[in-house]
Amino acid sequence: MLGLNKKDTSLLVAVALLVALAPIILNPFPEGSALAQFNAGYPDLMQRFVIFGIFAVGFNILFGLTGYLSFGHAAFLGAGSYAGVWMLKLLTINVIPAILISTVVAGLFSILIGYISLRRSGIYFSILTLAFAQMSFALAASVLTPITGGETGLQTALDDPRILDGANTTGNIPAPSLFGMEMSDSLQVNVAGWLWTFNVGYYLAGVILLIAFYVAIRIFRSPFGLMLRAIKSNQQRLTYTGLNTRPYMLACFVISGMYAGLAGGLMVAMDPLAGAERMQWTASGEVVLMTILGGIGTLIGPVLGAGLIKYFENIFSKINSNLLHEWFAFLPDGLEDFVVAIIYPFIGKGWHLTLGLMFMAVIIFLPGGLVELGQKIARKMSGKSDDKQTKSTE
Amino acid sequence: MSKLDLTRRGVIKSGAVAGAGLALPTIFTASSAAAYVNEPTGSTVTLGFNVPQTGPYADEGADELRAYMLAVEHLNGEGDGGMLNTFSSKALKGNGILGKKVEYVTGDTQTKPDAARASARSMIEKDGAVMITGGSSSGVAVAVQALCQEAGIIFMAGLTHSNDTTGKDKKANGFRHFFNSYMSGAALAPILADRYGKDRKAYHLTADYNWGYTTEEAVRTSTEAMGWETVAAVKTPLAQTDFSSYVAPVLNSGADVLVLNHYGGNMVNSLTSAVQFGLRAAQANGKNFEIVVPLYSRLMAKGAGKNVAGIFGSTNWHWSLENVAGARYAGTNAFVKSFGEKYGFPPSQAAHTTYCQTLLYADACERAGTFNPCGVGQALEGFEFDGLGNGPTLYRAEDHQCFKDVLVVKGNENPTSDFDLLEIVDVTPAAAVTYDASIFGGELGSCNPGA
Amino acid sequence: MDQIILQILNGLDKGSAYALIALGLTLIFGTLGVVNFAHGALFMLGAFCAVTLNRILSLSHTVIDETKKDFLGNPLKVEVPYVQGWFGESTGQAIIDWSVPLAILFTIPVMIAIGVIMERGLIKHFYKRPHADQILVTFGLAIVLQEIVKYYFGANQIPMNAPQAFFGSFDFGAMIGMEPGAIIYPYWRIIYFCFAAVLVGGVLAFLQFTTFGMVVRAGMADRETVGLLGINIDRRFTIMFGIAAAVAGLAGVMYTPINPPNYHMGMDFLVISFVVVVVGGMGSLPGAILAGLLLGILESFASMRQIIELLPGINQVVIYLAAIVILLTRPRGLMGRKGVMED
Repeated sequence: MLGLNKKDTSLLVAVALLVALAPIILNPFPEGSALAQFNAGYPDLMQRFVIFGIFAVGFNILFGLTGYLSFGHAAFLGAGSYAGVWMLKLLTINVIPAILISTVVAGLFSILIGYISLRRSGIYFSILTLAFAQMSFALAASVLTPITGGETGLQTALDDPRILDGANTTGNIPAPSLFGMEMSDSLQVNVAGWLWTFNVGYYLAGVILLIAFYVAIRIFRSPFGLMLRAIKSNQQRLTYTGLNTRPYMLACFVISGMYAGLAGGLMVAMDPLAGAERMQWTASGEVVLMTILGGIGTLIGPVLGAGLIKYFENIFSKINSNLLHEWFAFLPDGLEDFVVAIIYPFIGKGWHLTLGLMFMAVIIFLPGGLVELGQKIARKMSGKSDDKQTKSTE
Repeated sequence: MSKLDLTRRGVIKSGAVAGAGLALPTIFTASSAAAYVNEPTGSTVTLGFNVPQTGPYADEGADELRAYMLAVEHLNGEGDGGMLNTFSSKALKGNGILGKKVEYVTGDTQTKPDAARASARSMIEKDGAVMITGGSSSGVAVAVQALCQEAGIIFMAGLTHSNDTTGKDKKANGFRHFFNSYMSGAALAPILADRYGKDRKAYHLTADYNWGYTTEEAVRTSTEAMGWETVAAVKTPLAQTDFSSYVAPVLNSGADVLVLNHYGGNMVNSLTSAVQFGLRAAQANGKNFEIVVPLYSRLMAKGAGKNVAGIFGSTNWHWSLENVAGARYAGTNAFVKSFGEKYGFPPSQAAHTTYCQTLLYADACERAGTFNPCGVGQALEGFEFDGLGNGPTLYRAEDHQCFKDVLVVKGNENPTSDFDLLEIVDVTPAAAVTYDASIFGGELGSCNPGA
Repeated sequence: MDQIILQILNGLDKGSAYALIALGLTLIFGTLGVVNFAHGALFMLGAFCAVTLNRILSLSHTVIDETKKDFLGNPLKVEVPYVQGWFGESTGQAIIDWSVPLAILFTIPVMIAIGVIMERGLIKHFYKRPHADQILVTFGLAIVLQEIVKYYFGANQIPMNAPQAFFGSFDFGAMIGMEPGAIIYPYWRIIYFCFAAVLVGGVLAFLQFTTFGMVVRAGMADRETVGLLGINIDRRFTIMFGIAAAVAGLAGVMYTPINPPNYHMGMDFLVISFVVVVVGGMGSLPGAILAGLLLGILESFASMRQIIELLPGINQVVIYLAAIVILLTRPRGLMGRKGVMED
């Protein structure tokens, strides 16, 4: 189907099903139950899952295929976001131009940075990309304030021109929409205590994720993808065969940058604000972590990694001592306080600690990331002895 | 059994229209039965406390959270009632808000606009919060305020000092109790002129972002009006940690006052550098060299240690205010007592402003008889009150900014404890710091109930 | 002229902190081939060793002072450090006053122990793993270490003072024969620079002039051959890791009076120290030191008012700009070797 082999088709179909049913899958606990805290099926988080999924899939095209570790990918996400908000301000509140232009702008920006950074390889390449991204961040937060809004970020305003839209008479800033359907509109279904929210913005981002994922599969399976893998395994040999690898690398870098810009454009389409800290090196580091946690070089891994990190950030940080006391209220008083005291450093304001421990655990025990975990479980389930296969993957 | 709710923006759980018109795109924008977003239908009402729990402002965020929990206790009729007893409006009865018990959810802003908005959205979409409050930087406040405007939720700003929050970026659904850069400048200038003379030359170091710009401008304008001259204003990167290369040239620049438009870690580090370079002990133009920090907080003073001794600045509130400046500031002692007895130390200004914001919101709901943001907004606009520790205060209708007296403080030369680092020098009356609402531009827009 | 000398001083002082951290990073990379993202955290741990020692020395019992009142109006509880009780008020005060220099003695064994435990317990298992894995696991460790410190010490900065004797500044200009008052420089920053110079000199001399150092250098050049000669190179590398950790820790201890420490001070230095290492050339010790001082001086000059007015924002980006220019003109940094970290 669509030029894919059977295995890839079933992967794409599986991802499509996951995306389509996410509002149901991510809300496993009934509304009002104690565990409802762990539900992730609300629009904002679901949107973040798919948007960061796109970002990580794009990053993986560069890092997973060529082994070039960019530490400045957030700069493209940021550039895309700014371009997107400017489109929402100047052109129209319809999100289509914003998403398209942000992808294009990020692409142009990555041509510039890629052209220079790709003159070096290894850690020198990483530091060059890091330097460009940090420069973009520093300038966006300070001297470029008229264009970027500085530290408070760039937002839509009442008096924006929006030349394609009619005059705004509501007294409120219009919300980003797709031909009249606002991104924040949702359909809620309440089934026997479970509450499912089907959100317009989420499904728009989800469809785009599927397209992005499909394109990524095609790239992985194409002769171009093969060439990139060849660069990863031995660039020197390729050069000696008389092949100029630079154009391939640049094309790959730009594609990856455009994925980041697309993610940036989607972010502002869901929530029209672009802040400078989106470009900071920690944001670039985050996408590296997502990719590695999920499984470098695998197709589905980066999406899973993105989901895991965003889940932690949004769910664990919201648990407070009050909630803990409610959960463990069934225990005797002394024991309750003790259990809460043990758990408390790891949740709420301590969620960074849990995240750090998780990184370490995954890297130490699961070098292949979540995908490896999945493979291990699958092998256990099918009852095969996994000695040989583990060796061959290492 | 299945029940279909057709809603717009968020989590409204009423008005079932079973299975109707799934195929029609119009259903997405159809107005639902609820009058406003997250209308509390049960016996409880949920507030969202969105404060920095990780990152450099985590301690400030922790103090805000303590104040919120105290406020919730008092609203629900537990504890000693704190400032409810001194508050001039008597609408709150200690039975929650409008008879509904107050519950809360917490989130982490990480002091990043993106993370703060994600956290606020999850409170609105997942937890059904009817009001969001908190934050400890203007970037976050402006971002979350815009989000709340869009979502149809009331935003009660926490610690945010930039003019923009209720100036250029003001929103109909957002309200700020804390003072701002303009007020700092206006409050400080006369007192600086009085203490240091009208013939002074100032050198500004300014953090290179929005808050820094507005603060520098406010202090410059008001000190220049008093006759001071500005020798230079140098922007310093927000991420700077060592300020030596910015501080070192100051002494030979012809200036005799250094103004540090810095906050948080920036301020602690730049002040430490300035003291190291001997500026406190130096002489320039035949006068003692002086340092001024426009916005002070007790936590910053704690970080800078004894370097703050004798250095002037302004602050929104201080726990010793009622003892020093008299009964005009009633409420201060009541709040300090209930906070101090619960947590063992006095509250910071961040804790005070967030406690006040919670009470003010609850009171406005009671007086409006609804949680509808439009009703609550109306009740807050032009509201005059007293007894919340700052003396008589006005919530101005034009820009949703509170106007009250501003404290001028200086670092204590001989502190007796960690909490005694600032002493109150003077209080500038509200009239002297009031400005025309239109000078910063921006539009409130109209209130948005979300549904 | 005086402005230029002042900024060179500033740059050397700033650069010496960069150089110390970069030196440790390069030692670890050069010996073990590991990219250590937790190195900034080691710097931070060092600073908190000083804080801890200060806390230990200031352990107090409370005395109730009836004449003063606390914020609730109760009699004030005054904390009296035990050392004051044991050694008398003035000696006790002096001991607390000197806690930062004293912390040097306390920090060296603690940091070497931390370094050795880290290497044996964690890093050892990552020698043969890709650099990306090393980065991730040490980054995770850095987060964990910093969150633990935050849990115990809070997120706020903690003021630490240099001994009273070194408080304030002196007239450097007058010393070198310029007019008085032209160049005023704080004592402690000069001490920091001298301390860094001694430490760097010590480490280099140790590698250059001792048998242990010779073996380590041989191991850096060709680990396998040294191993084949029957030398237990791993044990020596472990010790080098401990030394690198101690260097970072000492840099942190001495830094506390310059900027009050907080839990993420390591992260603030991490990116810049990586830029320093790469600009200097991966694996080159002199390169790291040279690049540290150079970037420090550049940063100082870029922060001069006259230059910012000419090029707004230059102070924000100068280090990265310099890194880009150097890496494009000198492919392996200032003093890098061919073939290191290019895969």
